[in-house]
Amino acid sequence: MSKLTLKTEGDTHIIVTRRFAAPPEAVYRAHTDPKLIQKWLLGPEGWTMPVCNIEPKAGGKFRYEWKNGKGGGFHITGEFVELEPFSRIVHIERMHLPDATPDNHVETRFDADGTGTLMTIRMTLPDTQTRAGMLASGMEPGMEASYVRLEGMI
Amino acid sequence: MNSLDAAFSALADPTRRAILARLAKGEATVNELTKPFEMTQPAISQHLKVLEDAGLIVRRVEGAKRPRRLANAGIAAMDQWLAMLRKALEKNYDRLDGVLAEMELKKGEKR
Repeated sequence: MSKLTLKTEGDTHIIVTRRFAAPPEAVYRAHTDPKLIQKWLLGPEGWTMPVCNIEPKAGGKFRYEWKNGKGGGFHITGEFVELEPFSRIVHIERMHLPDATPDNHVETRFDADGTGTLMTIRMTLPDTQTRAGMLASGMEPGMEASYVRLEGMI
Repeated sequence: MNSLDAAFSALADPTRRAILARLAKGEATVNELTKPFEMTQPAISQHLKVLEDAGLIVRRVEGAKRPRRLANAGIAAMDQWLAMLRKALEKNYDRLDGVLAEMELKKGEKR
C-alpha cells in the first residue's frame, strides 16, 4: 500500500501528500534541520547530499547539493517565505542545471492526523509547460543527471 | 503500436525526455536543439522523428526552418512521468520514516 499521493491540479499545480507515524513537530524538524535532511532527501540509491545549507526563517536562504558518486550532480537554491513551526513552510526553489529552472513556489503543511502527521505539499509552477518540463526532467536526481550530462558535461 | 505505447516508448529514452523538457520551455529548431545536447544533427533529427511519430511534438514551417514545439499529447505524456517521480519521492519518504523512528527512539532514551 502506498502512503504517497501525487497529482497535478489545474494547469500549474502539483500536489503531494504523505502520512507519517510521527507527530507534526518531528516531521517539521526533519524538514528544517540540515543534519536530518541529509539523511533522507536523497532521491535514488547512490546519491548523497554533501552540502545542505539552510537558514530556516522568513527571508532565509537554502542550498542543497547532490552528488551521484560518479561525477554527476546538481543543486537547488531557494528562499523561505514563511515558517510556522510546526505546521507550515512556504518556500521558493529552483534547480540549477546549470541554468536555473523557473521558480517553483512550494507550500508544505504538516497537519496532525491521529498520533501522526498528514503532510501536504502544494507546488505552483509559472505555467503548464514549465510544469511538464519539470516533471519530465526535474525533481528526480537520476533523471536530472542525464539531463545535466546532455547539457554538455560529457 | 497504439499511441500510448508509442508515447511511452518515445519517452523511454533520456535524450528524448530532455528534448521534451527543452521544448517545454518554448519551441526550438533542430540547430538550437543540437548545440546544447552535443549530438550530431542527424542524431537529434532521428530523436525528433520518433517524438513526432508518437504525436508528442509538432513542427511548423517558417521559411527554411522547421521549429518544433510540444504537442498537447506531449504535455499529457510527460504528466505520465508522475509515476516515476512518485517512485523517487516514495524512496525519500520511506527514508524519512526511518529518520523519524530514530528521532523518536532518541527522545525515549533521554527520558
